[in-house]
Amino acid sequence: MTSELLVQYLLSGITIGSVYAIVAIGFNIIYNATGIINFAQGEFVMLGGMLAISCLPFMPLLLAVICAVAATALIGALLHFCFFRWLQAPSVLRMIVITIGLSILIREAALMIWGEQVRALPHFTGNEISSIRILGAYLSPQVLWVLGTAAVIVLVLSLFFARTRVGRAMRACAANPTAATLCGINAQAMVTIAFMLSAAIGALAGCVVSPMTQTQYDSGTSLAIKGFTVAILGGLGNSTGAAVAGLLLGVTEALAVSILPVAYKDVIAISLLLIALAVRPTGLFTARAAGALKEF
Amino acid sequence: MRINRVIRLTALAMGIVRASTAMAEDQTPVKIGAIFAVTGPAANLGAPEARTAEMLVETLNATGGLQGHKIKLIVKDSGGNPEKAVSFAKQLIEEEKVFAIIGPSTSGETMKIKNICEEAGTLLISCAAAESIVNPLAHQVFKTPQKDSDAVRRIFQQMQKMKIAKIAVTSSNTGFGKAGKEQLEKIAPEFGIAIAVSDVYEKEATDLSSVVTKIKAADVQAVVNWSIEPAQSILAKNMRQLGLTIPLFQSHGFGNIRYVKAAGAAAEGIIFPAGRLLVADVLPGAHPQKAVLQKYAREYQARFQEEASTFGGHAYDALLILAKAMETAGTDRAKLPAAVEGLKGLIGTAGVFNFSATDHNGLDIGAFEMLTVKDGKFTVLND
Repeated sequence: MTSELLVQYLLSGITIGSVYAIVAIGFNIIYNATGIINFAQGEFVMLGGMLAISCLPFMPLLLAVICAVAATALIGALLHFCFFRWLQAPSVLRMIVITIGLSILIREAALMIWGEQVRALPHFTGNEISSIRILGAYLSPQVLWVLGTAAVIVLVLSLFFARTRVGRAMRACAANPTAATLCGINAQAMVTIAFMLSAAIGALAGCVVSPMTQTQYDSGTSLAIKGFTVAILGGLGNSTGAAVAGLLLGVTEALAVSILPVAYKDVIAISLLLIALAVRPTGLFTARAAGALKEF
Repeated sequence: MRINRVIRLTALAMGIVRASTAMAEDQTPVKIGAIFAVTGPAANLGAPEARTAEMLVETLNATGGLQGHKIKLIVKDSGGNPEKAVSFAKQLIEEEKVFAIIGPSTSGETMKIKNICEEAGTLLISCAAAESIVNPLAHQVFKTPQKDSDAVRRIFQQMQKMKIAKIAVTSSNTGFGKAGKEQLEKIAPEFGIAIAVSDVYEKEATDLSSVVTKIKAADVQAVVNWSIEPAQSILAKNMRQLGLTIPLFQSHGFGNIRYVKAAGAAAEGIIFPAGRLLVADVLPGAHPQKAVLQKYAREYQARFQEEASTFGGHAYDALLILAKAMETAGTDRAKLPAAVEGLKGLIGTAGVFNFSATDHNGLDIGAFEMLTVKDGKFTVLND
């Protein structure tokens, strides 16, 4: 393999890996606040893309993205308010089952509202055929937008959870809601914020990946499966881990395609997940001791 | 006394019921089942098909129906899922006792229900393309889209003109993709064309840049892609983004303007074989199909505010064939297959149908025109 081709495979791995990573990050926030996995996360991604596309005829792209993110965050809060907040000490499993139901509900609602058409946001820079040359290989400028957005999200989130009062309060709620409440933290409010944040990040991801992956009422599902895989690989709750694991999975898949038929791509992803679950269930980038404290 | 009255009342009521059924029998609606992938990955096929079928049935009913019978169309959304298609086919045949079934939209679904319809003696007019639907022949099974082997031949003829001898093939892991891949690999040697890379991707694929890299490494002169999903647009985008400028050929599954819109600038120059519906307005006035095509395209656009696609045309043809066959067979199921086989020179949207006892598709290679994309629109490819 020539070096140019190798670079090209790496870049195509980074392209798809960046999509996985940004979707995976959304899973971590609700997990961090509640200890549950939100299976409607993929639908937040789809909603972000769809809402931005619907707003686009009336406003510039940036404003459309902001509106979509804000609207999805509101939907996230609303969902928490309607379906989770009134539950008396719900078990983790019960909440997870509710998220699965919600994902189906949102998907069907999107089908009613937007129909079955495939849509896409325009490329943020250039158009469908523009590319950047790097070491003899090519990359769509949109990939840089996805990578940049993922990097900013990771940075802001780690600061948020480590340094701010609200961020630390959210982590306290995840660790022990009763103790957190005794310390004067409004645990329910924290979870509402977590849902909003996670919906907003999902929506932002949906907007930046839409020019590449296209958006359809059911496109959230397949993105969520890969995002979930990556979130587990990176260690649930660890956003930096998710970003690294996403790129790692993308590059592995791309390199595997060079020798295997592309249809085996998902086999590779799932095998990696199974191996990770067997050998290092806490994820690649989370310390075992920390992982042992988690319920999941 | 009271019992007597009850009996008399019951008898009276039964008499009324019997009379009303007798009245209804004169104009019992003919039930026609339709299985389309209205949602899911093949929605760009199934949705226009379902809309077309509903539009045409309304028009037919407004003008007195078929042979004096109103038509009741029962549309089932399979989501492109073969298992769902099977249960809907059984439901339509056993519970609804439909007169005939049109659809499904995709080849994978059609192959799953081919035997079910054959055994139940229910006519099936499929809107899917794979050759295996009508070859081997099943007595009750017909199809309206052009043959994929003819599409492959038209593409290879074009390649010969362009002096292309080494190509890459990509296809989706669906019935349509698999059938196309088989035909491409079978027919390529006839035209002296070598397939250097042949790769199959998931139908939900969202990025194909790694496949494009593989194609780049193989140093081929053109790419042929065989699928019906949005991946058609993604492949075109990824090729251009990765600086691969060799010609991209698509199958007749590309005949929906939405795929062009989704691919944007990357769609320019894509070459594909298709029925003439997409270029109805630029056909010469004397072309036999022109009037039919323009009429359908205008009615569809006026009603649904979107451009007509070849897929909707396949459903139009299916109902047209059924209506014509009923002119000779009436509502007698047993005579229906023979009546379809007897149809000659029927002008549809996909081409001019000439059915026979051995040809349940009725179209030849002449039904295809080579099209290309220019300035975001379909146009006839000029050599």
